[in-house]
Amino acid sequence: MSLFSFLKARGTAPVARERLQILLSHERAAMGPRDLVAILRDELLATIGRHVDIDPDKVTVKMDRATGFSTLEIDVEIPCDKVAVSALRNAVSQRATAA
Amino acid sequence: MSKVIVVTSGKGGVGKTTSTASIGAALAQAGQKVCVVDFDVGLRNLDLVLGAERRVVYDFINVAQGDAKLGQALIRDKRVDTLHLLAASQTRDKDALTDEGVERVIGELRQTFDWVLCDSPAGIERGALLAMRFADEAIVVTNPEVSSVRDSDRIIGLLDAKTRRAEAGERMEKRLLLTRFDAARSSRGEMLSVADVLDILSIPLLGIVPEDQEVLRASNLGAPITINGSASPAARAYRDASRRLIGETVPMSPPDEKKTLLNRLFSRRAA
Repeated sequence: MSLFSFLKARGTAPVARERLQILLSHERAAMGPRDLVAILRDELLATIGRHVDIDPDKVTVKMDRATGFSTLEIDVEIPCDKVAVSALRNAVSQRATAA
Repeated sequence: MSKVIVVTSGKGGVGKTTSTASIGAALAQAGQKVCVVDFDVGLRNLDLVLGAERRVVYDFINVAQGDAKLGQALIRDKRVDTLHLLAASQTRDKDALTDEGVERVIGELRQTFDWVLCDSPAGIERGALLAMRFADEAIVVTNPEVSSVRDSDRIIGLLDAKTRRAEAGERMEKRLLLTRFDAARSSRGEMLSVADVLDILSIPLLGIVPEDQEVLRASNLGAPITINGSASPAARAYRDASRRLIGETVPMSPPDEKKTLLNRLFSRRAA
């Protein structure tokens, strides 16, 4: 039997771990003292949000702590529809005129 | 030197009361003077787990409000005479405890006991905050399960914000007690591993208490699992945890892999 155990779906613990890491990184940011990574996350998302309409469901943020360093991974799906692209163009042209 | 430790978790049913009683009894058997204090006003259970439910005359609230002396309310364990219980009130409402009352009683307990273990109620309401407020250290009891880990994370945040120590800018030491751990299921990837939980909660480990049928047996009898020198895995784990509290270096015995493998083989055969 154990020969075929590799064919079975892998355990659910990795899913639990992943879900907890994502959830807790959000909850800690919302409740705990603000650390640099959380500040960076908010400012980066705000910056992107000024140019593109961000669908909250299309954003994945991963924050991890290790000894000596932390990592911040932001994955934003940017829609290619006209509205978003024109918003981006407007922003770019505004900046060009300002410069 | 006296140490006040809060046993807390956020989530209910993870083993706070069992752990308080088991560690309290183990410390007392090692010759330490111990008082376990039930903070779960209205839903007291530490008396029952310790087998002292028929001996409660005065409780924590009576003492906190000055209606009884501490000595009148303390119940000395009949098996280990350095173990004492201060029971919670079963009848009063949970607002009967005040910051000042609790602080005074904890202060008095510090003068008599080496260890004061505060059994916190579940949740993050007033009772749980009062239980942690005057503690020097915390034991965070967690099951390897998503809702328990999440609630523990929340409690860790509160320990770092709402305790006297935290408010004074001092470090609040917190240690994880992982309970109801099943090494076999974890090794199959069916349950969060010890490393997973430690990684997520980022606090040091006090002990790993395996899932053990003896725990229910002990609470049925009203005798903490550590009290009779039981050799059951959970009893051993609680004894090891209490030795670590005292400051001894006890190796964290990893879940028995050999046995786990055998169990796996047998469970496969049986299935």
